[in-house]
Parts: sequence; structure tokens; C-alpha cells
Amino acid sequence: MVSGVGVAVEFVQYFGGVFEPISFLLLLGGTIGGLILGATPGLSPTMAVALLIPFTFQLAPTQGLILLGAAYTSTVAGGAVSAILLKIPGAPANIATALDGHEMARRGEGARALHLSFMASGIGGVTGVLLLIFLTPVLAQWALAFGPPHLFWMAILGVTVIGSLDSNSFVKGLLSGCLGLWLSMIGYDDIQGAQRFIFHDALTGGVNIITALIGIFAIPQVINMFAKGRVHRAIDAVAVDRQPISSSAAELTTHTKPLAIGTLVGSVIGLIPGVGGQIAGLLAYDQTKKFSRNNESFGKGEPAGVIAAESANNAMVGPSLVPLLTLSIPGSPTAAVLLGGLLIHGIFPGSDLFENHPDVAWTFINSMLIGQVLMVFFGIWVASYAARVARIPSSIMAAAVLVLALFGAYSVQQSMGDVHVMVVLGIAMYVLEKFGFSAAPLVLGLILGPIAEANFIQGSMIAAAVDGPWDYFFTGSLNIALITLVVASILWSFFTSGRAAPVVGERSERAKSAEEVS
Amino acid sequence: MTATASRAQHLIPAVAVLLLSLTVVWLSFTREPAAAFLFPRLIASVMFLLAVWNCVRAALGLARVGAGLELEECLRIAPGVLVVLVYVLFVARWLGFYTASLGTFIVLYSLYDPASHFKLTTWLHRIAISLIFMAVIYGLFAVLLKVQTPRGLYF
Repeated sequence: MVSGVGVAVEFVQYFGGVFEPISFLLLLGGTIGGLILGATPGLSPTMAVALLIPFTFQLAPTQGLILLGAAYTSTVAGGAVSAILLKIPGAPANIATALDGHEMARRGEGARALHLSFMASGIGGVTGVLLLIFLTPVLAQWALAFGPPHLFWMAILGVTVIGSLDSNSFVKGLLSGCLGLWLSMIGYDDIQGAQRFIFHDALTGGVNIITALIGIFAIPQVINMFAKGRVHRAIDAVAVDRQPISSSAAELTTHTKPLAIGTLVGSVIGLIPGVGGQIAGLLAYDQTKKFSRNNESFGKGEPAGVIAAESANNAMVGPSLVPLLTLSIPGSPTAAVLLGGLLIHGIFPGSDLFENHPDVAWTFINSMLIGQVLMVFFGIWVASYAARVARIPSSIMAAAVLVLALFGAYSVQQSMGDVHVMVVLGIAMYVLEKFGFSAAPLVLGLILGPIAEANFIQGSMIAAAVDGPWDYFFTGSLNIALITLVVASILWSFFTSGRAAPVVGERSERAKSAEEVS
Repeated sequence: MTATASRAQHLIPAVAVLLLSLTVVWLSFTREPAAAFLFPRLIASVMFLLAVWNCVRAALGLARVGAGLELEECLRIAPGVLVVLVYVLFVARWLGFYTASLGTFIVLYSLYDPASHFKLTTWLHRIAISLIFMAVIYGLFAVLLKVQTPRGLYF
């Protein structure tokens, strides 16, 4: 059994790995770059991490993961800069931050809002990573008991949970997941060597995960920028005055309630697969407002609103990696992209990661802890520069992201076929998203498809030799528990999607702004 | 968007997905060896059932999630998408990856740039930004990552 002492020993043993020169430089670069990318409206954390994956090919797995982890952490926090100074959330997770943050900036308290935002992010983020540190090895140990049928059901659960929670339409969410599972089956079958669904030469080697991730997350964003047309965005960034950090730090100690609510809500939301930072930020904001004595000041520049939203969306980051690192189920679309980054380096999450690659696992987790601290210091420093980057016209952003995506997709296997697949998938995803289909379950299906199939085939072979498929796949407490969760996630989505479905043309302002940002 | 337009709009992708899933089901149940298509059959069947359900909902006007595509929006994105397709299918191999990318960057930037197309200074500005960006891309991919890109007439 993994004890608290064992976790602490492993944590300390690999702590120094973060401070190796290249690793630390990557952590620093990822943090600063992520803050700037996060502050740029239209560049979501998921897309930023997907575009960074090709740059990790030449790095050692640990270094690659450090870069991706730092980018994930800091893009979420960086989104607060444009939310506060421009009233344009850098990512959907920062929507709640814009409500009070921009009002504070307008009345000349931009520096105060940024300081509070980054410090709250740091505290929330550190708490989230601590949760990751102590929960992950325990759950990974528990995952050792999993056999092929359980891993098959876990993969199916990953797709159904994200398909159910990440989409407003129950049918379209699950259909997106199935489309992803089908895409994962294209190419040659691993066991029989048979050709499956190869409609074009470019698909002979199957759909590469990284190529697909770049296409699915970057190309729709580029087309969304095209859709704005030739418009001049008159963005006025609020100037940032100078203010000592010490006074903001002192002020933060008087806002313990919103900090605690935000951190708690973010940590819990992060553990639930499929529920992203946007929900964490908005839910924490809402709860803080309900518990506040002066709830009428929310929306008018209340610092507690900024603190709750930012601590929540960063507290979510660490726990969202718990199901990923232990059970291969990403807690968020960005975590799904990170899973792609792990698999590309031949590292399979779960007990294998902690048993066979403890250096990779622990250095990565430790780097996220250090990254949270770096993010606070550099966030405050980078904020004013990041706001300038956020004003880059969408015509340049669209062209730049497109070229980066083309080069990124090509560099995976140095194949033009991959570029074709990326563009086709991206255009198809843009159209599908317009009709309510969702990218996250599709990506999950694509990533978890091979895991589900391998365990299904392995399980079928074992079942044929022992009790038969029914007993092997449908009996036993763990199987029944997982099947119950699969059915529950589908039923929950079935009964709630009708109520949540916004009618065309009657979408809420919140939904509109979320769509605009994402 | 009217309810009828909405229904018709939702029906098109629903039918497209249904046809795709029908193809997947057909291929999964007809191709050999059967053992290689065991898992695809399972997924294809579920996908087909969901696609039928989705299509019925769209036909009955119950599919309401998603804003759909407006003609105006399609006209705005069409030139950009066309440029991307021309680049990917023809120009990248013919001119070379970097030259084609530079051209694509300039064309896309100019297409969606609200500034005047009839000023020399605007064009110089666009070309300068495109060159700087491509220099960064060259540094990252050719120098740092050592990615060998297709060479056409140029590089």
C-alpha cells in the first residue's frame, strides 16, 4: 500500500529533477509563454498545449511533460489578464473573472485586480497540485487491480462521461464520442493486420493523435477568426498603474472566504472528468456571491469575485490530472491533449507510470507545483506585456495559428498526408461544432479507442478460455460498478440535456461569450 | 433563424452523420477477417443507433443545440478556407513548404485585415510582419527541430 510517508519520500526524491538546467528553463519558458498565450483571446489552453506537442518530440519525456504542464497551468491563469484589462476572457475558464476584474481595472485598480488574481490563482493552483500529489499514487495503486474488462469499461466510461457532460445534447455528445472511437480504428488492425476504413492513402497509418488534436482544436479557432470578417476590433486596454505587491498580499488575507470557496469548488470540479474550468470559475463566483454579505457589489468591481473565480479555475488544474494519471480518463479537454502527449512518448498512465517511470511522473507533478509559484511572480510581471499581445488583430492571429498548425502537423511524421488529415478534420469539426457536436468527446474517443479495443480483444480471448464473455465482462463488483457509472452518466445526461438545451437564436449571454472565447 | 431553416439546417449534418455511420456499419459487417472487425462492429452499431436517433430528432425539429451556419458567415469564411485548401492540396508541394506558407500568411492576413488594400505602406507592413513571423517559424522548425519540409520550386 502507498502511505503518506511513501508519497512524501517519492516527492522529495524527485524534487531536484525540476531544477536541472534544461527542465527548469523549459518550465520557465512554458510558464512565461503560457501566460502570454493565455492572455490572447482565441487561443484556448487546449489549443496552446496541442500546438506545443510537436515541440516536445525532441525532448525527453519528462522535459516534454514539464513544458506541456507549465503551459497548461499558466494559460489558464494568463487568461485573466485580458479578462481584467480588456474584458475579453483569454479562455472560457476566465469568464467569471471578467465580471468584476474589468470593473476594478476601469476604476483604476487594474494592478490590484491582477495581483489578487495571480495570487489567488497561485494558492488555488498549489492546493490543487497538492491534491494531485497525495491522491494520484493511491488511486494508481488501486488501479493495479484492474484487468482487461475493467480497463475496457474505464475507457468507455471516459467517453460517455465527457460525451454526456461536455455537450448540451446527449445524443450529439455520445455520437461525437463514437465518431472519435471510429477514427481511432482507421488503419491497420494490430492483431490481424487487416486494413480497416482506409479510404485514402493518407489514412494508411491511421489517424495520428497529435495531428488530429491540432486539427480539431486549432483549425476551428482559425475559421472562427475568419468568420469575424474584415472588422477592426476597437479594443481599449485599461492602463495598469503601479501598486506594491505587499499591499495586495495583505489584502488577500482579508478575503479568506472567497479564496477557500474558490479553491474547494475548483478542486472538487477538477476531479470530475469532463467538467472544465469554466464551470469551476462560474460556480465558485456564484457560491461566493451567495455567501457574501455585500453580494450587491458583485459585478461592480468586487475583489472577492476575482479571487473566487481565479482560485477555482487554477485549483481545477491539478485535480483534473488525477483521473488522467491514474485511470487514463482526462478530467478536461486540455488533460486529454496531455494524455496524447504522454502516449506519444510511449508512456501509459496508471500504475505503469508510477511503477516504471516514477522519475517522469514525479518530476512532472513537482514541476506543476513549482510552476504555480513561478506563475504568480511572472504573471504579475508579464501582465502588462501580455495585454499588448492580446490586442494583436485577429487577421494576424488566424494566419499565424494556421501556419503553426500546418508546420506542427507536418513535423509529427514529416508527412503531407498528416497535413491533409488535419485540415479535413479541422474543417469538419468546425461544421460539427456549429450543429452542437463537441470536440472533447471526439478527442477522448480517438485517444481511448485503442485502449478500449486492445482490452476488449484481450478480454474476449480470456473470456473464451474461461467463463465466457457475459461472466467476464458483466459480472464482478468492479465491472458492475463501472457499468453502473457508464449507465448513470448516460441517464443523467439524457434527463438533463433537454432542460439545458438552448434554443437556436435564444442562447444566453453567458453561452455566447463562452463560444466567442473558445 | 426561423424554426424551418433551423430544422433544415440541422437535418443536413444529421443525414451526413447517418450516412457515414451506415457506411461504417456496412464495412464493419461485410469485410474480412471478421475478428479484425469485432470491436468496430460494436462501436458502429451504437454509432448507427445514435445517428438514427439524431436524424429523427432533426427531422422532427427537436435538434436545437448549435447555432447553425448562416449564409453570411459562410461567405466570410469561404475565401479563407479556399486559400487553406489550395495551399494544402497544390501550392505547398509546388512552391515549397516555406514559400507557400509565407504566401498563405500574406494572403490570409490581407484578406481579413480591415486596413486599406490600396496603400503601399499597408502592404509593406503586412509583408514585413509575414517575413518576421516566417523567420521565427523557420528558426523553430528548421533550425531547432530539424524538420525537413517538402521543397518545390523554392524551399
